[in-house]
Amino acid sequence: MLDKALFYFFAAVAVASAVLMVTRRNVVHGAIFLITALLATAGIFLQLRAEFLFIVQIILYVGGIMVLFVFVIMLVNLDVALQQIQFARQKWVALLVALALAGQVGLMFWSSGKMPGQGLPVLTAAAASSLPPNSETVAHSLFESYLLPFEIASVLLLVAMIGAVVMAKKRM
Amino acid sequence: MQATIEFLKLYWAPLLCGVAVVAILPLIAGYIVLVERKLMADMQARLGPMRVGPHGLLQPIADAVKLLIKEDIIPDNADKMVFWLAPVLSVGAALLSLAGLAIGPAFQIAQDINIGILFVVGISAMGIFGIVLGGWASNSHYSLMGALRSSAQLVSYETAAGMALVSALLFTGTLNIKSIVEVQSIEGIWFVMLAPVAFFTYLVASIAETNRAPFDLPEAESELVAGYMTEFSGFRWSLYFLAEYTNMIVVASVATTLFLGGWLRPFASVHGLPGFHLLNFLDLVPTLLLVAIAAYCIVRTPKQPTRVQQMFMLAVAGLCFVVGLVLLAPVVVPIAKPFYAGIHGGFWFILKVSLYIYFFMWLRFTIPRYRFDQLMRLGWHFLIPLSIINVLLVGVALIAGSYFNLHGWGLLLVTTPAAIITLVAALMILAAEKQRDAGHDPNAASDFYAG
Repeated sequence: MLDKALFYFFAAVAVASAVLMVTRRNVVHGAIFLITALLATAGIFLQLRAEFLFIVQIILYVGGIMVLFVFVIMLVNLDVALQQIQFARQKWVALLVALALAGQVGLMFWSSGKMPGQGLPVLTAAAASSLPPNSETVAHSLFESYLLPFEIASVLLLVAMIGAVVMAKKRM
Repeated sequence: MQATIEFLKLYWAPLLCGVAVVAILPLIAGYIVLVERKLMADMQARLGPMRVGPHGLLQPIADAVKLLIKEDIIPDNADKMVFWLAPVLSVGAALLSLAGLAIGPAFQIAQDINIGILFVVGISAMGIFGIVLGGWASNSHYSLMGALRSSAQLVSYETAAGMALVSALLFTGTLNIKSIVEVQSIEGIWFVMLAPVAFFTYLVASIAETNRAPFDLPEAESELVAGYMTEFSGFRWSLYFLAEYTNMIVVASVATTLFLGGWLRPFASVHGLPGFHLLNFLDLVPTLLLVAIAAYCIVRTPKQPTRVQQMFMLAVAGLCFVVGLVLLAPVVVPIAKPFYAGIHGGFWFILKVSLYIYFFMWLRFTIPRYRFDQLMRLGWHFLIPLSIINVLLVGVALIAGSYFNLHGWGLLLVTTPAAIITLVAALMILAAEKQRDAGHDPNAASDFYAG
């Protein structure tokens, strides 16, 4: 009961703040709502007993990336920016993509009852004590099962980082 | 019945503890401020607050009342909602992160979180939004500059602090706060001995993260009035203040848990073993300390000017004496033995946290403030490379340690060379920096957000 109420609370907050983030004219308000949406998603992770993902979501997205976002936004003069040409002119393309995504999700919901083995798998809840600690599970799958993809991803990030430094150096 | 008790234990006990912490913490923060002012006065050969209560002991309460009844000003051009939200965010994040800390083996609000230390660090890092948004919402240049400096500083030093935490966590193999202390208890050695470089890095980074002098650039009053707090007054301002002092407690607690053995007594691993009975006098240290404070208060009583102040002084002495007796009970009375770990654990933890905070204050009145580009250079050019090298070498040392099957104090054989190599690397970094600076005038360095 409590679980369900919490889930619907987090889900409602996430959806509402995502909508508000897109509709706000003020960029800083948009950023605040984005932070709220990320926090609500983190709450859902926590409810799934994925506490490591919960804290990584908070440290990386909220504490790291969003701080840099807000940092950049504040340096932009908002009054001037509002009068400049906006690049957000892909209204119809966005609508099309959103409809396609909604159709896909709807199809999955619809097909879950119809075709066995297709659509949403129906899982039974496991007892909290029977689950392995989440951080250990993540570590094992990252460094044992998926070591090569993990290393490739880290090299990619390193390349991006070096690239950013090189580009910034050139401007100075 | 069983289910009801279980329900109460799960939901209401943490709630009540949380409310208690939120209620008591402003008082604790107020007294930290008093200690800080007294210490500053002592270092500057003054007396400090003396008027309210004996030796100014009631000053925090007077200050709190003053802040509560001050006029609450919101600037006309401020973004009202964000202005309202920002201090709440700051103080909320700081208070929430306290929930993960363990003051003793029994005292922890959020019991046994698997991600313990990450929870504390991650949630307290969210307080930066309060600072950034507060600076932006005030619609003032001083505030904005302070907020920008603050966020740049926090993001930079978070990296170094995180790396320092990683090098200590390599020894534990767990993120759970209780298990971290238990590992130190089993190994019989505090991680400050095994990873001294990481402790030093964390010390410096934590000063920068809490915006304390000598790194209090965001509130540099000679350049920025009061930084991000410029436009805040009354209770909102005091919320920021509370957040700052709570953050100090949080970083001190994290350092205590990870590096200084948490609630463990010095030499806790030989407690009660034959051959080490001379060290058992450490069990009496808490009582002796408090009785000494009580005796000092009684000696000073006749010098108080008014009768009320004399009574107050005696009351403080009595309180210290009672707490001292409570701390003595588990050592002497056999029935109270099971409570030894809980009661004495709390004492040692609070003592270590206090000493850490005392060190912060000591630094504040000793070292002049850094310039912003110096601060950034210290972070990016020195601390971050140092901490990365340290993580690498501690890892190598641990592999060597497991190869030779070393434990406890034996680990020093491999970690000390690692620390020495890290120090050599640090000296090389410094030399390279100096050589680079020799080329051009250091004062002409990039004036990045210098004010």
